[in-house]
Amino acid sequence: MSILVDRETRLCVSGITGREGTFHALNNKRYGTNVVSGVTPGKGGQAVDGIPVFNTFSDAVEETEPNTAMVFVPARFAADSILEAAEAGIRTIVAITEGIPAHDELRVSSHLHGLDEVRLIGPNCPGVLSPGKANVGIIPAAFFREGNVGVVSRSGTLTYQIGNELAQRGFGNSSIVGIGGDPVPGSSFIDVLALFEADPETELVVMSGEIGGSAEEEAAEFIADNVSKPVVGYIAGFTAPPGKTMGHAGAIVSGSKGTARAKAEALEAAGVRVGRTPTEVSEIAVEILDI
Amino acid sequence: MDLLEYQGKQLFARHGVPVPAGRPAATVDEAVTAADSVGYPCVVKAQVQIGGRGKLGGIKLAATREEAREHAGAILGMDIRGLRVHEVWIEEASDIEAEYYASIVFDRSAKAPLVLFSTKGGVDIEQVAEEDPAALASLHVDPLLGYQQFHGRRLAFEAGVDADLVRPLTALLAKLYDAFVGEDAMLIEVNPLIVTPERELRALDAKVTLDGNALFRHPDNAALRNPSAEDAQEEMAKERGLIYVKLDGDIGILGNGAGLVMSTLDVVAQAGGRPANFLDAGGGSKADAIVAAVEVILSDEKVRAVLFNIFGGITRCDEVAKGLIEAFERVQPRVPFVVRLDGTNDEEGRRLLSDAQLPGLEVEATMLGAAERVVELAAGTPALQPR
Repeated sequence: MSILVDRETRLCVSGITGREGTFHALNNKRYGTNVVSGVTPGKGGQAVDGIPVFNTFSDAVEETEPNTAMVFVPARFAADSILEAAEAGIRTIVAITEGIPAHDELRVSSHLHGLDEVRLIGPNCPGVLSPGKANVGIIPAAFFREGNVGVVSRSGTLTYQIGNELAQRGFGNSSIVGIGGDPVPGSSFIDVLALFEADPETELVVMSGEIGGSAEEEAAEFIADNVSKPVVGYIAGFTAPPGKTMGHAGAIVSGSKGTARAKAEALEAAGVRVGRTPTEVSEIAVEILDI
Repeated sequence: MDLLEYQGKQLFARHGVPVPAGRPAATVDEAVTAADSVGYPCVVKAQVQIGGRGKLGGIKLAATREEAREHAGAILGMDIRGLRVHEVWIEEASDIEAEYYASIVFDRSAKAPLVLFSTKGGVDIEQVAEEDPAALASLHVDPLLGYQQFHGRRLAFEAGVDADLVRPLTALLAKLYDAFVGEDAMLIEVNPLIVTPERELRALDAKVTLDGNALFRHPDNAALRNPSAEDAQEEMAKERGLIYVKLDGDIGILGNGAGLVMSTLDVVAQAGGRPANFLDAGGGSKADAIVAAVEVILSDEKVRAVLFNIFGGITRCDEVAKGLIEAFERVQPRVPFVVRLDGTNDEEGRRLLSDAQLPGLEVEATMLGAAERVVELAAGTPALQPR
């Protein structure tokens, strides 16, 4: 098993005819993901390496029955594309696009919340990889193999760093989920932790957070009450000065709120062991799973 | 993106929020002209984004043209907690009967705008929240529904506003909400929101933070400048399309991806070093971006050593290596570099670096090892002297 994406995934890529969209759609396809269609308004009827392109998500759904959408369009069009995918009946939506206005994310999130079983991953995220099964997004799959460690993270490259440290110690992954670095992520740590808790293949979860907001503190509370599997934490941004946005739109310490220290302490209070470096995260994982 | 007080007030005025009449000025002569047009008495206010500027001498009342000249001369160029005053805002003096507080915050956790109101304005609101929480009324607004009149009534009655002001306050909060959504703001704060002897409400101060990601639909806001908050290196980086934050240490840092860079800063600090900056060269960093990044990092004269920490996903390590080789040709760094390349095309990248034999550049195998080495090198290298 795995979570969110697997061999049942039928993927439709919004923005498939763009440079990045084409590159990553084909990359995902080469990995074995079933990419059934793409959407680019005005380019319906064309094909990208044999993948049919439609003008709208509703056309794509009617003709190719995707159950997952990946959004790769520029920031000013991305919120609209996410809403269109949901309206067309797609239930798992992975938004890679970075730089979507926060108020757009708020409206999208509020609207999707009222729909049944729609799950948005991202935006501003690297996507979801279930090694050996499917890759939806931009995670470099070559570094990961199947296994029992679930990873959920607000960052992209830091996830690869941690994943790589784990791989060097012999761990594989059930799924790797990037929830994104924006102020209003579609899915929270809690949403993904609940999925890993229910996934029989996952035996340990690594959760990588960073400064800004309170998602890590909320996750800590959730873990204490609802997660029976061991969780290893990591928090980036101990040296970040207050009031500065550290690359990710959501990574900002506001006054005394959202600091790395407060997050690490909240996780530790919930019984989560927190690694001080990515290397230490993998060392703790080794201790817990006793390899 | 944080606005100066007068930029926030001009934004308020566009949405019908009442503000005192005023004009900005960057020189003493401009300030006097502004004061003449605003009329006397007027207030000369330093434009820096810092609380408590009044107590530090940054706000003065001028009854005459001579006083306006004198105050503008004293305030322009003044240093307020490390921020230089480049502009003053000359504003008509207001008579104050009462001071209220109003704000709208982008509440990430609740995923909704949070509106706060109190009749105890003019003081630090966090202190009010702590000492007299009942005096601070608040509620969330459904982003799909937007602000409704009843929201305002609830806040007004809960906070104990005088009966004659309930209606005007409800209307004013509607305009603030309109500005919050219409301008893509992350924070709007009015402290104090005053009641005049004529029983009118006015925003006497304005604190506004805008969403940088939404500036594409607000070209006027995108053009606003705040010279006191701008840093030479940060401006240089922005022009080159790099994400750079200046810090106060002496180890230059470059990585790809915000999370990995934040983590790199932490690991360097744990190894006993002090990072000079945060620099995210971004996913898919090409050689040109690397050259630009090296130039920005080395333009900070405090830098004694530089760490490159790359985990290639979309980024290809051979591209990073090519960029480094080109950067060394162009800028000839006088401080040591430590480079860690992992991920896509890492072997090719390391081979390119070893063939090029760049002076003062060492390659380390792991992130931790690289951090420890760069801290060692920084300790043994003198600070850069201007050429």
